[in-house]
Amino acid sequence: MKDDLILKIKNVTKDFPGVRALSDVSFNIKRGDIHGICGENGAGKSTLVKILAGVYPYNTYQGSIYFNEKELKLTSSSIEEAIKEGIATVYQELVLVPCLTAGENIFLGREPIDQRRVVNWNKLFTDTKEILAKYKLNVPLFAKLSTLSVGQQQMVEIAKALSREVKLLILDEPTSALTDSEANSLMEILKNLKNSGVTCIYISHRLDEFCKIADTITVLRDGQVVDTVRAIDSNEEKIIAMMVGREMKKRFPNKLSKPGKKILEVKDLSVFLKNKSVIKNVSFNLKKGEILGIAGLMGSGRTELVTALFGEYGNQITGDILLEGKSIKINSAEDAIKYGISLVPEDRKEKGLVLIQEIFKNISLPNLKQFSTRLNIDKYKELQECKKYADYLSIKTPSLFTITESLSGGNQQKVVIAKWLMSNPKILILDDPTRGIDVGTKYEIYNLINKLAEKGVGIIMISSELEEVLGISDRIMVMHEGQCAGILERKEATQEKIMALATNIKKINRYD
Amino acid sequence: MKDLNYIQKFKEFKIDFRAYTLFFALIIIWLLFGSLTGGVFLSTRNFSNLLRQMTIISFLAIGMTPVIITGNIDLSVGSMTGFISVIAAYLQAIIFPTLLPGLFPSLSIESLGIISTVVTVIVCLFIGLIIGLGQGYIIAYGGVPAFIVTLGGQFVLKGGILGVTQGKTIIPIEDSLRVMAQGYLSTYTGIVIAIIAIIIIFISTLQNRAKKKQYGIKIRSIGLDLFVASVFSVLILVFTFMMNSYRGIQIPVLIMATFAIIVTYIMNNTRFGRHIYAVGGNKEATRLSGINVKKVVLKTYAMMGILCGVSGIILTGYVAAGTTSGGTNYELSAIGGCVMGGTSLMGGIGTVFGAVIGTLIMTSLENGMSVMNMSVFWQYIVKGSILVLAVYLDVTSRKNKA
Repeated sequence: MKDDLILKIKNVTKDFPGVRALSDVSFNIKRGDIHGICGENGAGKSTLVKILAGVYPYNTYQGSIYFNEKELKLTSSSIEEAIKEGIATVYQELVLVPCLTAGENIFLGREPIDQRRVVNWNKLFTDTKEILAKYKLNVPLFAKLSTLSVGQQQMVEIAKALSREVKLLILDEPTSALTDSEANSLMEILKNLKNSGVTCIYISHRLDEFCKIADTITVLRDGQVVDTVRAIDSNEEKIIAMMVGREMKKRFPNKLSKPGKKILEVKDLSVFLKNKSVIKNVSFNLKKGEILGIAGLMGSGRTELVTALFGEYGNQITGDILLEGKSIKINSAEDAIKYGISLVPEDRKEKGLVLIQEIFKNISLPNLKQFSTRLNIDKYKELQECKKYADYLSIKTPSLFTITESLSGGNQQKVVIAKWLMSNPKILILDDPTRGIDVGTKYEIYNLINKLAEKGVGIIMISSELEEVLGISDRIMVMHEGQCAGILERKEATQEKIMALATNIKKINRYD
Repeated sequence: MKDLNYIQKFKEFKIDFRAYTLFFALIIIWLLFGSLTGGVFLSTRNFSNLLRQMTIISFLAIGMTPVIITGNIDLSVGSMTGFISVIAAYLQAIIFPTLLPGLFPSLSIESLGIISTVVTVIVCLFIGLIIGLGQGYIIAYGGVPAFIVTLGGQFVLKGGILGVTQGKTIIPIEDSLRVMAQGYLSTYTGIVIAIIAIIIIFISTLQNRAKKKQYGIKIRSIGLDLFVASVFSVLILVFTFMMNSYRGIQIPVLIMATFAIIVTYIMNNTRFGRHIYAVGGNKEATRLSGINVKKVVLKTYAMMGILCGVSGIILTGYVAAGTTSGGTNYELSAIGGCVMGGTSLMGGIGTVFGAVIGTLIMTSLENGMSVMNMSVFWQYIVKGSILVLAVYLDVTSRKNKA
């Protein structure tokens, strides 16, 4: 019997400046299936989703996509067109209006109107109720979105997509922000959808979920399809093997130096935001020349932990921070820099760079004092210094006067790193520094981190990629729901152990 | 990237393309009005007037540029100028004539006048600074949007004007203060200042070459550098002789140039200036670079306040009185000038030089239409439309580039 295919992807290739995100990708999706797509960060999952959702329209990629036996040609970069074709996407970041109710969000922009061209609220709410009931979505009808939990908001997002009669629903890492019970109810919802004939593409980094609900799984690696397998024939280990698929040694340079004296000690650090505790009694220490990796799922508090060390939360933190044995208070980024702590932030565009400015101005921004008096900046000295670091990191650019925005992601990240290297930190914190960066540049960054460690800089590096944490760290601290779930030595650490710590901790005091 | 050429691409052909377009627009407007008014517009007398007209707004535009670059706005500058102007008049006409002779009974009337002016200037600048700091503090540390704080400030200061004047015009003003706003440099002094300026241009050209050499940056041929310096020198000389053929360089124009140069220097050559641009470009990244963003914003308002003080003093000297209507709507002309000169209301982009040229364009339109005897209602309509048109062209050209 011939399979009834809803989507055929044929030889799709997509290039970005300097990076090939997808290379000759081909696979098919059967009607009514839940089709899982997995791969490491940067494997090309998001790019593929964006092509299907119409963010990258037809002609911006090579190859062809057939939807319901018809070639998909989305002309403008608007998701509206994709939805009309019957493809809707629910993203990781929710795109809803927080001050409106579920119904208003679902029908935003196409509210039912009566003959006087006034919104027919009755119809709007009855329709909403119907949709929610049909797919068994448990969402209060009249509550504003901002008062709902993330899980409920996501249900509204799904309902919004389903109200448009979509045939293919794409869920891009839907569970990353959810608690386990919410994730479980999402699984139920997906099963319901499957029963009512909706095809789903399901993207996740929680491998256990695939085996629970997916029918078929496609594994991507470095922009290529590794394989498409039936879920029944597979298990987590097989998928991981396919995802990783290459020798670890080649990807990570060897670290030669040994950690030295203790430089930083954190005792019982807790952070309270809006009366909610986001970091709970975390203690750890860092030695000179040591690379401490921090692993954990998104939302596990890893970013909050390092930003707390960088003075972000002012006096909303409790606990002790000892730098070289002396207790210090860090109330702002200014303080942190004074103490020799630098942070390469997670979001380089939002927090790391002034994109509209020249490269050299970005590099020198926190370091202007090095070559200026109160009344004058020695611009030539500044340029010379910036050039030194730009060369050291081999930032690829025609000139230091190039506007930072026009650089590729990897080079932008190098500019951020250059900026913080110039400040001569004792402790360098990197928050997921290789996210969205090509493999070659990643290797350069690992090399650089090693070199810094050899010079005695203490390094804390957050990473979303397990392999990366394993490949580069001396020790690995695993975060889970704001707590330190465990600290592993490099020798004893494995992906499985980290994952176990990151996910399976007993949940006590969850809602305190 | 092997060579220092990397650094070299530096500015050589990159001297702000926008500045040229602005100049071009200015010259077209001048030629247009010249032909429409049968040459009257281009006479040295009218030119001299035109420059004096622009000074008061220019001070505000110069101060407004850093404020807008950090992504804020100041709507109170017109009222602040008016307020400081009536304070100046009040001091000179009412307080000092009774106070000073008592303190210095031995001095002549002229010397008392000069003391009165000096003290007035100091007090006015100080008041400007205090008001600027006050508003800046509420904006930066209190977190109230700049639009609201300065809108409120506008009302408060308008109230202040009426309180000080009691609705009446305050006269008389000391001659020495009037000279600051209405006087001319003697022919001789004008030439001396021009020559000093030219010497500075040449010295700094040579110094820059020496610096570049020291850091191993490739330098262009000395001929080209000297040629550029000569062009600027000739422009300065032409301007000086043109003004001298009428009555001389005007003192307020000289004051304006001085402030424009000082603030330009601050913006380009100091940490504070860098921080201003960085805050406007990305506040969050700047804060995370260890820069006290609040303090930067506060300082821009302090600077704005001082410039309002200068503007108020010159206004009083120019009108030779403190009036209740002084400064009305100046904030809009100043913001218009900045925006016309390429300052982005989104923050992060703009130059003082652009703001001054923008103000000159706006003033030229105003002056040209008055010379043509155009009705006032048309003047408003034309000015408003051209402002919007200019920004529209700018926005579309930037979009096309991107």
